[in-house]
Amino acid sequence: MRISLGAVSRPLESLENKTGSWAVRVPKIDVERCVGCGECYMFCPDGCIEMVQIENRRIAKVDYDYCKGCGICSEICPANAIEMIEKVIE
Amino acid sequence: MRKVVRGFYAIAYAVKLCRPNVICAYPITPQTEIVENLAEMYANGELENCKYITAESEFEAASILVGASAAGARTFTATCSQGLILMSEVLLNAAGMRLPIVIVNTNRALSAPLSIWPDLQDSMLLRDGGIIQIYIEDNQEAHEMIPQAYKIAESTMFPIMVCMDGFKLTHAYEPVDLLDQETVDNFLPPYDPPIKLSVKNPLTFGSYAPPDCYMEFRYKMHKDMINAKKTIEKVFREWAEIKNDWGGMIEYKEGRTVLVALGSLISTIKEVAKEMGLGYLKVRTYRPFPAEEIREVLKDCDNVIVFDRAVSFGYEGVLTIDIRNALYGESPDIYSFIVGLGGRDVPKTLIEKCVSKVMSGKAKRYSFEGLKEFEEVLY
Repeated sequence: MRISLGAVSRPLESLENKTGSWAVRVPKIDVERCVGCGECYMFCPDGCIEMVQIENRRIAKVDYDYCKGCGICSEICPANAIEMIEKVIE
Repeated sequence: MRKVVRGFYAIAYAVKLCRPNVICAYPITPQTEIVENLAEMYANGELENCKYITAESEFEAASILVGASAAGARTFTATCSQGLILMSEVLLNAAGMRLPIVIVNTNRALSAPLSIWPDLQDSMLLRDGGIIQIYIEDNQEAHEMIPQAYKIAESTMFPIMVCMDGFKLTHAYEPVDLLDQETVDNFLPPYDPPIKLSVKNPLTFGSYAPPDCYMEFRYKMHKDMINAKKTIEKVFREWAEIKNDWGGMIEYKEGRTVLVALGSLISTIKEVAKEMGLGYLKVRTYRPFPAEEIREVLKDCDNVIVFDRAVSFGYEGVLTIDIRNALYGESPDIYSFIVGLGGRDVPKTLIEKCVSKVMSGKAKRYSFEGLKEFEEVLY
């Protein structure tokens, strides 16, 4: 383990902190219902949603490494395509 | 150069000689004139390579210094009381970020009730924060402590508080043998931190530490604070060779009965001790606490009488708690008197009264002395 003076870290080192481990409930995207509007991407307070191209469709994808499960995406989704589900810990 | 100056100027002039890069403060009685003096020096162009920044609060002042210090600047601020506790959130961060900010705290009582007068309750609140604390007896010591404080802070990478009584020292005119630039330059090398924040080298100071590594950071902080004792002693010794010898982390005069205190009160106590043939112990460095040094000098005496000017409400005097702990298992009887809160005068007669209470077996484990009779009313 590396312990720096003053807990100083370099850019992007904080990516090692997988803060998604805090989540209790996580969003599950219903790919059929998702209209690709990007509202969830805009509202996510932690930048955990990415809009991806799948078979010529624009779909939301969640980064579970950092999603803390606040549920804003689920609240905001105009197509009701995001459900908050209990996280399964393997 | 010996001049009759106020405590404010003794501090400000010493800070100037230390060539600070960023000074930032918010006014609060009885500190204001320290930074007013520095602001005047700045306005007159006497501070080279220095930026004086006015802040909108103590919280902001401390925050500016955290940024400046992280960027490699030598920094200074002064505050006390409500100002210090408003800064505290930032200062405790500075401690964890290991930024050697020098803070002069002109000890003043805490609200409520509102008081502008001195006691040690304010700095005691920051006792456990990873900030080095030095307590000052007079303005000559305060003046000479500033370059030493910079050297200690920058060698140990901890913020440091130079605690001096408000009014009793800050407002007092005293002849002070002012240092010259050459002495300070020879003693204090330019600040060159091992890590520096810059646009080219972006860093995060005090980043998030989850449970799997937080404790290691705090352990290191504690270990470094314990090790800081050696650095403090070394700096004090080095200073003693070029200027006045103020002793080490403690100043001790032997006696069967020893009177213990922090700050300017020790001056009065020294007088009483001399007249009554008693010993005294001046605790100069309070954090890190020189427990071994104190145990070594006090373990064989009969009575230890601690004079406290800060209370841990619901327990007893704050310094007493530390002294009792340092002497755990040793033989002296330890008595504690809480005196001088909120600027209540502590004359020699009061100290003598406390001593005679101990000598006649009438002293309790601790008591408040110098209280007036009062009646409790609704308003």
